[in-house]
Amino acid sequence: MVKRIIAKQENCIGCGLCEVYCLVQHSKSKDVVKAYNSERPKPISRVTVERNKPVSFAIQCRNCEDAPCVIACLSGAMKKDEKTGQVTHDKEKCMGCWTCIMVCPYGAIKMDKEGHVIAKCDLCQGFDEPACVANCPNEALVFKEVKK
Amino acid sequence: MAKYVIVGASAAGIGAVEAIREVDPSGSIAVISDETCTHYSRPMISDFVSGKADAKKMDCRNNEFWKANNVEVLMGKKATALNLTEKTVQLDSGEKVAYEKLLLATGGKPFVPITEGSDKDGVFTFTTISDAQRIAAKIEATYAKTAIVVGGGLIGISVTEALLKRGLKVTMVELQDKILSLLLDAKGSDIMEAVIRKAGVNVITGQSVQKILGKPGNDSAVGGVLLTKGDQVPCDLVIMAIGVVPRTELVLGGAVKINRGIVVDNMMQTNVADVYASGDVAEAYDFIINQNRTLPLWPLAILEGRVAGYNMAGKKTTYCGGTNMSSLKYFDVPIVSIGLANPKEDPTLEVLVKQDLENNVYKKLVLRNNIIVGIILVNCIERAGILFYLLKNTVNVKKFKKQLISEDFSWATLPTGMQRKMSVVQ
Repeated sequence: MVKRIIAKQENCIGCGLCEVYCLVQHSKSKDVVKAYNSERPKPISRVTVERNKPVSFAIQCRNCEDAPCVIACLSGAMKKDEKTGQVTHDKEKCMGCWTCIMVCPYGAIKMDKEGHVIAKCDLCQGFDEPACVANCPNEALVFKEVKK
Repeated sequence: MAKYVIVGASAAGIGAVEAIREVDPSGSIAVISDETCTHYSRPMISDFVSGKADAKKMDCRNNEFWKANNVEVLMGKKATALNLTEKTVQLDSGEKVAYEKLLLATGGKPFVPITEGSDKDGVFTFTTISDAQRIAAKIEATYAKTAIVVGGGLIGISVTEALLKRGLKVTMVELQDKILSLLLDAKGSDIMEAVIRKAGVNVITGQSVQKILGKPGNDSAVGGVLLTKGDQVPCDLVIMAIGVVPRTELVLGGAVKINRGIVVDNMMQTNVADVYASGDVAEAYDFIINQNRTLPLWPLAILEGRVAGYNMAGKKTTYCGGTNMSSLKYFDVPIVSIGLANPKEDPTLEVLVKQDLENNVYKKLVLRNNIIVGIILVNCIERAGILFYLLKNTVNVKKFKKQLISEDFSWATLPTGMQRKMSVVQ
């Protein structure tokens, strides 16, 4: 069993708070005003609310079982953690070739154009719950164990 | 003697080792490589030349990779002959390595057209880390200031950007009328050519180098090139970056069937029992053109190597196929090109285009019978993977064609049934 984030479309109101909390969580300052206004390189939200009114839902890395990004990665930055089932990204190794973006079926990988690397969900390592899940006002994001 | 012998220690070899170890944790593996540096990222050699990546960053696994997988590595040794009856590989060091299962992952070698003067000091190819190291050393030693890059494809553009970043003045010479012609159509190519020119590169198309000239007073060193239409361009370096051809020497004239590359079935087996081939040397299945071909691309080499590895270790696995697909990061213009991106006139194909040329944004989809068969994305690649998913799974897009090229294209604009099938939502 591995833990994954599940999106519940019928609960999502498209508010975009998950993006805000994700961006702040992945900023250096952890301050919403600085994170949005002044911090460089610009912090990036790794979750995107996809909208097609009235439908909306959040997308972030789904940690695929046979993750295409891991196989396609040109630099070895993308790896699959066999124990946790998580797809991890090593920013130091990343060459910003965008190959993972080309093959991610969810369109869940973001470009950090300033940093010339990609940015993806890391499930907020070290915290009980990812920031997007913890701060969703309508429980449209759930973090739970699923079968591999 | 090893149960599994792999010739070549790059992408296909790495993929095979990882797959074999998933199935067979203890069977002996020997990897033979004529390089002294292995499991490095070949696509990163341009970052090495530009100074952005060092050897540590280029290691695409980790320095314990062979040890962790209990692999015997025969580095700096060249496989010179095969004995398919005796099941051995002959090395230039005199050793003979016996195998039960053999993988030929010898890769590609740079294609260099016969050109007068190509033996001069200052002419390089651009495929391996040693090429990159030699170029970097040459620039440092001679204060080279100008370079000619022969080839306006993927390799050419990568080395052009790297040399520019090192401060050299670069001229790119491309035989075709358009650069990146295997990846982009005329419009996409024009966008990129303008960007490259703006960055300071001199781009010459429709010509090639007919002769490499010597330096005045030192004819053995590169001093310039003579182009096919008669112009002379002075330079300190010439980089031959046209492309690669399968490195098939080891099996030439033998029983292993070769077409352009080594012919394999969908399990990566050659026509000879217990001999497999993967990566740039192999002719594997392309699901868009529905036939086998050589496709020298890193992700496909890893995937093909994995399929070979599983099958060698006894886990029957079929290759799902690949196609011509690349993403480009050069000159800060992200590009994705997949499949029939630049097809010839064909009434059975439908083309959808969306462009914002002022901002260098260009999106083109090629459809056949309402199925995506080709993709070009310039400066709008973030959801490329969704389009690739539709292409690869031959999804009929008739009902949502318009959405595909709209700016707000995402999973939210695709049918609910598909969202649920892919568990995008619950």
